Amino acid sequence: MHFDFQAIGRALPFLMDGLAFTFELTAVACIGGLILGTGMAIIRQLQVPVASRLVSVYVTLMRCIPLILVLFWFFFLVPLILGYLSATGRPIPLGPKTTAFVTFTMFEAAYYAEIVRSGFKAIHKGQYEGAKALGLSTTTMYASVIIPQVLSATAPIIVTQTIILFQDTALVYVLSLNDFLGIAARIAQRDGKLVEFYTFVAIVYFILCSVGSELAERLRRKAPTTVRRVKSFRVLGLPLP
Amino acid sequence: MSFLFEQTTDGNTYFSWLMSGLLWTLFLWVVSGVAAFVIGLTVGSFRTAPSLILQVIGRCYVQVFRNIPLIVQAFLWYFVFPEIVPASFGNYIKSVPPPWASFIPAVIALSLYTGSRVAEQIRAGIKALPDGQLKAAHALGMSTLQSYWLLLIPQALRITLPTLTSEALGLLKNTSVALTIGLLELTAQAQQINEFTFKTFGAFGSATIIYLVTALAVYQVAAFVERIVEIPGTGKTASRG
Repeated sequence: MHFDFQAIGRALPFLMDGLAFTFELTAVACIGGLILGTGMAIIRQLQVPVASRLVSVYVTLMRCIPLILVLFWFFFLVPLILGYLSATGRPIPLGPKTTAFVTFTMFEAAYYAEIVRSGFKAIHKGQYEGAKALGLSTTTMYASVIIPQVLSATAPIIVTQTIILFQDTALVYVLSLNDFLGIAARIAQRDGKLVEFYTFVAIVYFILCSVGSELAERLRRKAPTTVRRVKSFRVLGLPLP
Repeated sequence: MSFLFEQTTDGNTYFSWLMSGLLWTLFLWVVSGVAAFVIGLTVGSFRTAPSLILQVIGRCYVQVFRNIPLIVQAFLWYFVFPEIVPASFGNYIKSVPPPWASFIPAVIALSLYTGSRVAEQIRAGIKALPDGQLKAAHALGMSTLQSYWLLLIPQALRITLPTLTSEALGLLKNTSVALTIGLLELTAQAQQINEFTFKTFGAFGSATIIYLVTALAVYQVAAFVERIVEIPGTGKTASRG
């Protein structure tokens, strides 16, 4: 077996572009998903009528179907829905790139929502009662008392979930996007160098994810702050029957 | 949904396409599930074993297979593996007929990836047991292998059952990655029906419902098993967390 490393060297600028897109997608989905997910968790925590039910159905649905299927849903269906809502009634194509950003944000939101919710449960009741007793409004209570503690308690799981997200972004391959894997696959097929490129992709992912896992492990070992750490949560578990 | 029973180009109905997809999905799920369970048990025990060498092997295994995205692992087994083994074996792999040529690499990738995740759960389960158990077993004259097989693993399994259920449901969703190496499983069939009929909602809706029903069924079975094998005195209220 003869490895042609120069092929990778030549393609390096393109591969870096792909990797940049992978990071961009991860960052957008992580931040957007955390914001949306926290919102969903608060809706469920406050048991807002109707909305709380809807969020619960949404979260269960997202966690029961494969990400690739969700990508297809958004790719084919969102343009139809947007078209239906717009004045002309014609489908509005989103393009694979926008689809990827929207899908990953929405998909991750469901997972982050469950993580944040497990954090709400881990926080001592006295914190809620104390905030109430001080006369804080619900908004202030969540924004300044509860959420900061939740984020600190769930930090290791959030990092772990973000590593999974980072790995999952490789699935945009099914939309033929130019992420790290997508670009590598394209160049590999053009040059007939599948072995070199896929091995290289695997090694790069391995290094990046190992660094991430190490970070999560450090966070986990660090002495807990004011609240006990949430150790694990049932990512795919459903509400008990 | 009546289009599902219309005749397709190959003389079947679209419904039969979906069912064939479901069968491949389930087949893939069961085979890689069993394999991942065996791998997870072994590697998880290695990670807690008294022998340093076994610990290192276990750690390396988990590091490698957990930190490379599943789709990349599938590509490695499908595209790269036949190229790097001796030519005669490589040619034999390439001569395997279609569904199996995708199915076998998919099983290998899914079992190794899921195995690393199961291993971590098993390790956590064994670690959750008091130290004294292994020592007591040794004092009773059991070998380390016997104490793991007869004492530690059965208890660890009971503790980790809820997270193992999550893993099983995760694996069910991950089987869709097999479509990227050409296996016509459920998601791929839905996508194909969408391309043939343009009934986007019906095609993806059917697949979504099938995934949802399967996941709920698995979940009910798991909840039932959890109740049966529960360690007395550690009921739902005691073991939630």
